[in-house]
Amino acid sequence: MSWKVIDRNAAPDKAEAPVLTDALVEKIRVFLPRYETKRAALLPALHVVQDHFGYVSWQAMQELAELLEINASDVFDVVTFYTYFWTHPRGEKVVTVCRSTACAFMGADSVLDECKKVLGIGEHETTADGKFSLQTEECLATCDHAPCLYVNERCHKHVKPEDVRRIIEDPNNAKLDIERSTLFDGVKGA
Amino acid sequence: MVRTADPTNLSTYEPILLRHVGVPEARTLEGYRARGGYKAAEKALTQMSADDVIDEVKRANLRGRGGAGFPAGVKWSFLPKDRTVTYLCVNADESEPPTFSNRVLMENDPHALIEGTIIAGYATRATTAYIYMRGEFWEQFHIVQKAIDEAYAAGILGKDIFGSGYGLNVYIHRGGGAYVCGEETGLIESIEGKRGWPRIKPPFPAIEGLFRKPTVVNNVETLCNVPHIIERGADWFLGIGPEGSSGPKLFCISGPVKKPGCYEWAMDISLRELIEDPRFGGGMRDGKKVKAVFPGGISMGVVTGDELDMKMNFTDPAKFGLLGLGTAAAVVVDDSIDIRTVIRNVARFFSHESCGQCTQCREGTSWMFKMTDRLAGNLGRREDLDLLAEVSGNMGMMPGMSICGLSDGAAFAIKTVIKKFRSELEECIARENPEAVKIALEVVN
Ligand SMILES: Cc1cc2nc3c(=O)[nH]c(=O)nc-3n(C[C@H](O)[C@H](O)[C@H](O)COP(=O)(O)O)c2cc1C
Ligand code: SF4
Ligand code: FES
Repeated sequence: MSWKVIDRNAAPDKAEAPVLTDALVEKIRVFLPRYETKRAALLPALHVVQDHFGYVSWQAMQELAELLEINASDVFDVVTFYTYFWTHPRGEKVVTVCRSTACAFMGADSVLDECKKVLGIGEHETTADGKFSLQTEECLATCDHAPCLYVNERCHKHVKPEDVRRIIEDPNNAKLDIERSTLFDGVKGA
Repeated sequence: MVRTADPTNLSTYEPILLRHVGVPEARTLEGYRARGGYKAAEKALTQMSADDVIDEVKRANLRGRGGAGFPAGVKWSFLPKDRTVTYLCVNADESEPPTFSNRVLMENDPHALIEGTIIAGYATRATTAYIYMRGEFWEQFHIVQKAIDEAYAAGILGKDIFGSGYGLNVYIHRGGGAYVCGEETGLIESIEGKRGWPRIKPPFPAIEGLFRKPTVVNNVETLCNVPHIIERGADWFLGIGPEGSSGPKLFCISGPVKKPGCYEWAMDISLRELIEDPRFGGGMRDGKKVKAVFPGGISMGVVTGDELDMKMNFTDPAKFGLLGLGTAAAVVVDDSIDIRTVIRNVARFFSHESCGQCTQCREGTSWMFKMTDRLAGNLGRREDLDLLAEVSGNMGMMPGMSICGLSDGAAFAIKTVIKKFRSELEECIARENPEAVKIALEVVN
């Protein structure tokens, strides 16, 4: 996400060696034959990178640019357009509160306030121990379960403020028992 | 089988699109085939020509379920005759608040989507189809991908499907949390690995779309209707619901109703039935009253609690000052909610999601958000209401001022609230601290 100004010189993601391992590059290459252009594999590649690192570092963007034969600025342009992608490290688990209509009318505001209280952080912040980040999102297409609170990929339904602490303290709050395709492994901790 | 919905007798309608909800076996290829699945695709590919399929879908007048209501068969026939490569894009971006019907379809009946995609692909002579799925559909991605993998393994995707000589590859392309990528040309840009900036039309995608090749973009629900049309024929489809709005339709209902969810019916129910009928929303919770409803996704605009007799079809919403049927997803605002927070919420959505290419959309949506934000913060001014009406009246494709329809949605959402709830908004402003008016001027300008 691009709401923070980062001092690139002090950024923790400056690496001497490439950050995209051979395994990651292989994962990305799988997508190349699907499209007419190499560039079109950029979004899948960004998903692979973010699933692995939790965010897309500037170093990773430069390496992706090389891999897909485009400018690094093109990659940066795309990463910052899509709110899904983070350009700086995030917490192990991302708590997302939907803020759109159905959830808002069903009390999302007080759920968000409770999250802030329990986590001790504001919106778009990460706890000091790096465990949680908190964010809001527009409608996540689960309005029938409003108000919704996501922990990484898992949707918690019809959440009341008094449920928040229990959900956040539950070690399995991000666990999803689903059969996963190997194309995208999913967010760490899910 | 009774196919025509009779609103006075709600037990007569058998779900078609949602027939596999609560039938987990139907998610697997085996279970889907055991229930007659892929028969329609086999029939289309082995017994019909591509033009036959287009004609049948055209005759059924299957209007797009993604929001614009454009007839699918007609769209397919716009493809140039002499094309060599065609792309099919399935729009599973589903980001319009409060819409979730595509999600329900993909979760419960992934093979139905694949079957619809195969038939549409055959009709349009596409050899590659991309399912553009919003990035936040994690579970849904794995469900649909698994179905795709199963279909490949069984030879239902890939080369020479059903021995017809026709081949199709289907790939899921995951988005990244941008509402505007649901707009068909924004979607195309996004598949090309660019930011989702909609393109100026013409050329329309049918002439020049993905990778500059002829392209068709269709919604998930639209495509899920196609196998049934092929299997049972256009006349069957035309027999469901009123003229001009035929076929089964999914309706979403959310907000403070007893049974929020996705329901299927013909397009002859009223908004009141959707909210109150025990088969759908089941009425309001805790004795609350309906103050307002956004009946077609927020982009279509709002109706008041006195306008619930509106029919949920393609023609009636316009009579209530709305942009259209939209996604047929209704969210109810109850009488305990301050209308100012509603308009602020809606304005925030559009200012957050505007892609920023067109000045009146970029500036207008954020200006409207600032105004509604201070309105909700007790700092509103009377003039703001006129200003909101003016700004929203001057944006969108319809006055010819923008590249895509996002700004029309923003305009309708805001201007219908201002028009229909003006007296309540004025009362709120009058109630406020008169000093606030001065502060507002300093803070904002
Ligand atoms: C801002 C904007 C967002 C849209 N989002 C979606 C969407 O999420 N899903 C969808 O199917 N159509 C969406 N549409 C409509 C598409 O542009 C397009 O009309 C539709 O996908 C065509 O499919 P159909 O003819 O089958 O309805 C959107 C349109 C606009 C202007
Ligand atoms: S109308 Fe708005 S969202 Fe659509 S292209 Fe223009 S700026 Fe972007
Ligand atoms: S409004 Fe929250 S999921 Fe749709």
